[in-house]
Amino acid sequence: MSIDMEQLFDRQAVTKLSQSQQEPKWMLEHRLKALEAASQLSLPKLQKTRIDHWNFTQFDPIRKEPAISSSRELPEEISRLISTDAGDAVFVQKNASPVFQSLPDTLASQGVIFTDISTAVREHEDLVKKYWMTAGGKADEHKLAALHTALVSGGAFLYVPRNVTVDLPFQALFWASGKGIGTFPYLLIVADNESELNVVANFVSDSESDAVINGAVEVFVGDQARVRIASLHTHGEQTTEVAYRRTVVGRDADLEWIVGDLNFGRTISDNTTHMKGSGSNARIKGITVGSGEERSNITSAVHHHGKATESDLVIRGVMKDQAQTILNGITKIEKGASQANGVQAEKVLMLSKEARGDANPILLIDENDVQAGHAASVGRVDPIQIFYLMSRGLSLREAERLVIFGFVSPVLDTIPFESLREQITHVIERKLG
Amino acid sequence: MATSPKLTINDLHVSIEEKEILKGIDLEINGGEIHAIMGPNGTGKSTLAQALMGHPRYEVTGGQVHLDGEDVLEMEVDERARKGLFLAMQYPSEINGVTNSDFLRSAINAKRGEGNEVSIMKFMKQLDKKMDQLGMDESFANRYLNEGFSGGEKKRNEILQLLMLEPRIAILDEVDSGLDIDALKVVANGVNSMRNPDTGFLIITHYQRLLNYIKPDYVHVVMQGRVVKSGGPELAERLEAEGYDWVKEELGIEDETVESQA
Repeated sequence: MSIDMEQLFDRQAVTKLSQSQQEPKWMLEHRLKALEAASQLSLPKLQKTRIDHWNFTQFDPIRKEPAISSSRELPEEISRLISTDAGDAVFVQKNASPVFQSLPDTLASQGVIFTDISTAVREHEDLVKKYWMTAGGKADEHKLAALHTALVSGGAFLYVPRNVTVDLPFQALFWASGKGIGTFPYLLIVADNESELNVVANFVSDSESDAVINGAVEVFVGDQARVRIASLHTHGEQTTEVAYRRTVVGRDADLEWIVGDLNFGRTISDNTTHMKGSGSNARIKGITVGSGEERSNITSAVHHHGKATESDLVIRGVMKDQAQTILNGITKIEKGASQANGVQAEKVLMLSKEARGDANPILLIDENDVQAGHAASVGRVDPIQIFYLMSRGLSLREAERLVIFGFVSPVLDTIPFESLREQITHVIERKLG
Repeated sequence: MATSPKLTINDLHVSIEEKEILKGIDLEINGGEIHAIMGPNGTGKSTLAQALMGHPRYEVTGGQVHLDGEDVLEMEVDERARKGLFLAMQYPSEINGVTNSDFLRSAINAKRGEGNEVSIMKFMKQLDKKMDQLGMDESFANRYLNEGFSGGEKKRNEILQLLMLEPRIAILDEVDSGLDIDALKVVANGVNSMRNPDTGFLIITHYQRLLNYIKPDYVHVVMQGRVVKSGGPELAERLEAEGYDWVKEELGIEDETVESQA
């Protein structure tokens, strides 16, 4: 595989990519170093999911797309995922190119930055450099992380200054389109101290796309800041997605993360939250629904570094047909994080004999005066529950639907954005058929 | 439907895991009638209730059941319910994440059919009224279906569903077990409020106590998987006073259960 890589993405190609985006030298060096590492490193070792035959390297990594002047030029299946009324802050990237963005003047005048990374790094280099790929992901961790760092293209940078509150969610959409491509989306979010913001990020592809998506979201939640972020992934059947989400939470800050891993193909989802500041609080919720031959391996980790930090991890998976998911939960309480409280629960509901699910909760505790708890379950729909519901006149389909939506309700019902909740409900219904 | 409901059970045989529990039950229940099925534990009373509703673990191996002339045994569970059969269960399931009121509204609408859904206002009014009648706190509407309910709360919730769904034939499976006297009265009042020519009742109990509050028209004693004795309300009173031994003696039954406890 490393031979393919060297042929496909050589130093020249990466240098050209960096230059075409007018990137500073440090960024190019960052890329080249990662490129070199990528050829040496092996794929990540995932528990119970074989990925050695997944396509991670056969694609065109830098497919440029022309910008559009209005969201009306987007196809309906993409445009319905975003709201582009006056006053909405929107960023749309197609393959390697940011194609549409809008930021209301009222926000720009308060110092809010929401733009593609090339522009951001030209206009706010120090700010971008301070946070760029520093949320705890390591480029030399394995081949996929290194590849992302080397090949990241387009990408969005969101910065909300100190003490600024933005109610309306920022919307970012990354769209993989066409055959034989690879995309390397990157969303970098910085909430400065005492700011408040909401983000909805959509990661989508054309239904016929066989894209390889290797993307990362990094979020920095400043001291006493409050961030609510939801990312929804609905890539098509022939796609392979590796998604990294890294968050650093500051002192007395509050984070709510909702991850919808609802791809129709293959998914590696790797999420780590670092509770750095004391007194910080994080609620992390994940939902995955698999049908057909889908495979997903989802790891949700929370590292407590600060004192009196609290985290709550709630993950639900529903598998039908021959779909398989592995849910790993890791709550790690580091030495010094006294009075921390970390709880987690992963649950899988299987709807068919061939579906498979696995829930692996792990608690790692290096401090004495802490609280931690975990729960995990893997099971099938209880036929007696279905009998009970049907005995009141509900059809089998409606009864199953109630049980399934009841099962995911601890995640779904708490999603703060109604349109997103409807969107996720719609995808789940599509998957359940 | 204008006609009075009629449930007929002919020579019903039911097995669980190859073991025959019911060995030929015959009953006819008409609208306006209350039938009580009595008998000691392990004689097949609950099996009758579950089999009529179509519980997946119970296999009907012989006989017929008709509701208003239609073959019940050919119907799926939900179809039986939509045709007007209702079973208040002894051990109702708990369904996480589904609120009582959402569930009830789905059930009512399933019966009414698409395009004829009940208005939310009308539904809420009706629900408030019935919950009030059963002395249920308003919060029950928004609690998850039976989740964390006490035994008594579950029983009231079953009766609430009965009142809301207004079935043609209602089967109550030991709805009195585990209830204190006040709760028992509430449940009985609920049932009595539905006593009308459009509803027939089959009430399964092994205590006479419930029948002090719900006066049955007919009483049937089940032993060894069959109806061994039928009579009027006076039969229940005699069972209360004298127990079941005299029935066994009269019929020459030594062990009234279906072999070992079922």
